[in-house]
Amino acid sequence: MLRRFLTLIVFLGIAGVAQAQDLQPVLQTHAAEIANPSRSSVSVALEDLAASGAPQVSDFLEQWEDKGVWQRTSDGMFFFATEEGNDLRLRDIDTGAETLAPKSGFSQLKPNGGVRRLIGTALVQFQLADPDLARRASAVDSIARRPDESQLEPLLASVDGEPDAALKARKIQLANFLSASFAPDPNDKIDAINSLSKDTSIEARAVLNQILSVKTGVSADAPTGNVARLLKVGRDLSQEAAYAQLVEAKLAPPLVPSGSIRDALAANVVGGKVGDIPTAQLDNQPMREAAYAVLAGDGLVPPLVTQAEQIAAVEAHTFFEVYDEDNAAFTDAARAALDSIETRVGAAQTVDLTLDALSLASIYFLAAIGLAITFGVMGVINMAHGEFIMMGAYTGYVVQQFVPDYTVSIIIALPLAFAVTFAAGVAMERLVIRHLYHRPLETLLATFGISVALQQLAKNIFGTQARPLTSPGWLDGAWVFSDVIQISYIRIAIFVLALLFLGLILFVLKRTRLGLEVRAVTQNPGMAASMGINPDRINMLTFGLGSGIAGIAGVAIGLYAKVTSEMGADYIVQSFMTVVVGGVGNVWGTLAGASLIGFLQKGIEWFNPSNTLAAQTYMVLFIILFIQFRPKGIVAQKGRAAAD
Amino acid sequence: MHKTFISQNPSVLWFIGLLGLFTLAVVVGSEATGTGLISTSMVKTLGKTLCLCLIAIAMDVVWGYCGILSLGHFAFFGIGGYAIGMWLMYARTEIIVLGSLEGQVIKPTPQEISDAIGNQIFGVVGSSEFPWLWAFADSLFLQLLMVVLVPGLLALVFGWLAFRSRVTGVYLSILTQAMTLALSLWLFQNDSGLRGNNGLSGLQNIPGYEDTSQAVISLVFFLGSALALACGYILFAWVVSGKMGSVVQGIRDNEARVRFLGYRVEGYKLFIFTLTAVISGIAGALYYPQAGIINPAELAPIASIYLAVWVAIGGRGRLYGAVIGAAFVSLLSSWFTGGGAPAINLGFYTILWTDWWLVLLGVSFVCVTLFFPKGIGGLFDYLVRKPS
Repeated sequence: MLRRFLTLIVFLGIAGVAQAQDLQPVLQTHAAEIANPSRSSVSVALEDLAASGAPQVSDFLEQWEDKGVWQRTSDGMFFFATEEGNDLRLRDIDTGAETLAPKSGFSQLKPNGGVRRLIGTALVQFQLADPDLARRASAVDSIARRPDESQLEPLLASVDGEPDAALKARKIQLANFLSASFAPDPNDKIDAINSLSKDTSIEARAVLNQILSVKTGVSADAPTGNVARLLKVGRDLSQEAAYAQLVEAKLAPPLVPSGSIRDALAANVVGGKVGDIPTAQLDNQPMREAAYAVLAGDGLVPPLVTQAEQIAAVEAHTFFEVYDEDNAAFTDAARAALDSIETRVGAAQTVDLTLDALSLASIYFLAAIGLAITFGVMGVINMAHGEFIMMGAYTGYVVQQFVPDYTVSIIIALPLAFAVTFAAGVAMERLVIRHLYHRPLETLLATFGISVALQQLAKNIFGTQARPLTSPGWLDGAWVFSDVIQISYIRIAIFVLALLFLGLILFVLKRTRLGLEVRAVTQNPGMAASMGINPDRINMLTFGLGSGIAGIAGVAIGLYAKVTSEMGADYIVQSFMTVVVGGVGNVWGTLAGASLIGFLQKGIEWFNPSNTLAAQTYMVLFIILFIQFRPKGIVAQKGRAAAD
Repeated sequence: MHKTFISQNPSVLWFIGLLGLFTLAVVVGSEATGTGLISTSMVKTLGKTLCLCLIAIAMDVVWGYCGILSLGHFAFFGIGGYAIGMWLMYARTEIIVLGSLEGQVIKPTPQEISDAIGNQIFGVVGSSEFPWLWAFADSLFLQLLMVVLVPGLLALVFGWLAFRSRVTGVYLSILTQAMTLALSLWLFQNDSGLRGNNGLSGLQNIPGYEDTSQAVISLVFFLGSALALACGYILFAWVVSGKMGSVVQGIRDNEARVRFLGYRVEGYKLFIFTLTAVISGIAGALYYPQAGIINPAELAPIASIYLAVWVAIGGRGRLYGAVIGAAFVSLLSSWFTGGGAPAINLGFYTILWTDWWLVLLGVSFVCVTLFFPKGIGGLFDYLVRKPS
């Protein structure tokens, strides 16, 4: 902190000194070189300008390069000027005072291309050393956008004097990129290329790929130049593509497409016949080719290229890829560096994929954990579970309508969503499920009826369009490790929430009186009742608990996805599969099921990233097969409880 | 033998009689052959309803009689529809393409014709190649075979895997639902070869009968559906009566006990599952030419659950119950959602049935499950006292 403060003081001091200095006198001493610059003479003027240290220099250079500087013929004074009809709006170089004057007394400075490049280089140098951090950063950015050979030297020169650590690192990185492409000394260039092998950024890969850019070539004899690889027909490129390449290189006659054959035949019909074959017989390819051969024999059309000729032509030539860069040492170094980067990127992608899968697994876990209690522990199929998730999400949405502060509203919404869905769950258990405990299939249908009614009710109240559930500001953004590995905070929050619930539910089931009674009723309701436990009350509370957790899951899911009346339906089948795959009646089983499904889905998506539908299809198929071979799930129940 | 079958099942005679009278009434009332009291679109709706009744009795056999709550039978229905739809679409496009290539000096080659058809059909999904699925699409006979074979084989393999590992009850329901989900997700993909979510369309135009009016075509399909329903009813009535029916119902009531008595439970279940799947496929093949379009949304898991809802409302374990349920709920549903029902003005709020019908259906479904487990068909028990 102290150091930064001192640096600031030093800079202010320099700026203060520089402020006092005027640029015009310096310009006047080199008036001739500036007015009529040539590549050999201008460098002296530029050096002096740089030595003056005046803050207007960078402005002047910019204007000069853009042909915005005019010289007064009468006294040789320089001005910034813009044309306004027949007049010039003049701006004093040192004071900035504006005046209007007729154009006739001035001449425009028009440096030629070579000089402009030199000015540009000097300008970059100035901007790179500018006291203002923002201007330095923007100069670095502009170099990164349009890398050019001339910028390498000023960039290297400015690295040592750079006070800001982050910008310095960026300058070094950029200097490496530039040296890798443009360094005049081969050893420097190879060093720079080698130094890139630890840089996984997309820019570094782009620089290397540019060095490694290839063009395909074909020749009758051995390939020349810096050959990247030889292409084998059949393995690296198809027969058709190889022949097309030959045609393009004008080493073989072009193929005649079937459409042109037809057109050629149609154009040469003579008296209902083409080449002595009646048109009626021309409805198949062999006959057409025969007729075409006759036409070709008469010299009316270019001859057909037969399959055998094509193969012979392709075999007579060598196909290869050749680097645009001639020096094999550079391409070898770049290849090695790129391979090393790709290994690193691959490792980073694996980590990233694992994080993605973990967060998907935690979402599935949150959605399914409530179901694991009602279905797994109580054996009740609740098809309306998804609608409880939806109710939770809508509760969050409604709360946000009344409480504008997003942090506060989430804190209110979580317990409120639990309360709402707990109440809904208890009501449903009392009114419907209680009467159907021994008829599981009918529970499925009755709760499906409730699900349909609730979904339509939500549609009637909130409409069909998606409602936003906005997350608080501190959950925006992502935690970035590198260009490849990053994870959004909201996913971390959901992961933490999932862990919390896992702990909470394990605690309730294993360490509390309620949990003890729940387990007792699950195992043997009759015996539990005779021990003084009220099974009705326990069933009611358990169902309420499972539903309440679905509500909280709804808030969490609503934060990262949109809230619609159909959002529950999207999760219900997945949730059931999670519970069934994991093993019924066991919280750990649900965790295992959610992890399996989450990792599997991400894994399949990774193999086929363009098609998430296919990933889901294959996952469902996998689950179907999995249940065939482990019908009781990953964590199977043992003993009497397992027999249903 | 036949006589005893009928005398054991008087309801079959009643059903066939009533269906015959109904069909006669529609024929008399239709625009094609009769007075024109019943519009062509109504004939189509009634024909589609008969197909739904056919799949409902299949569902009733597999669920009400055998105790397997399959949430996948509508997938078989859809497969049947897709199988016939492929031929309808191919044949019709072929006629159009041949018509457009007619005037050319040089006759088109088979390859050119096939390319042009592929372009027409798969242009919407950015492709023009025929996928392998369409290998038999040019043959009506083979596609009709597919209507039966594909659902049958799928059900056979799926059922064999599931029943062999003793997946029962709720688990089996979830598993069948997963199968339906996988199928519909697959169909939604553009590269599955069945035009993704565009589905197959224009199925109401029967190739070779371009000049026949829709009134006649719809009546023919209505009669076909009625015939299929009658045959299906007799077939299923025969299956569930007699010794086989007793075993099947025994499996429903106590699978373990039937197994201990020495019956091969898996075999019976597999037979019922596959047979009903085949009938579902046939029902679908009759339904979609009347509907005119089929897309993957039709196969979504929820459709299969609605099927179970119809059967439950109509009354499980009796074939006519399933017919009543399917006809009643699907016709009522199209009446309510089609805006046929008058809106109720409560002063502060107007109940529009297009919005509230699903709520009503859901609630009434809960009520039926809770209070009338025998469904509408149960009302007949009050009319007919069984001798025993």
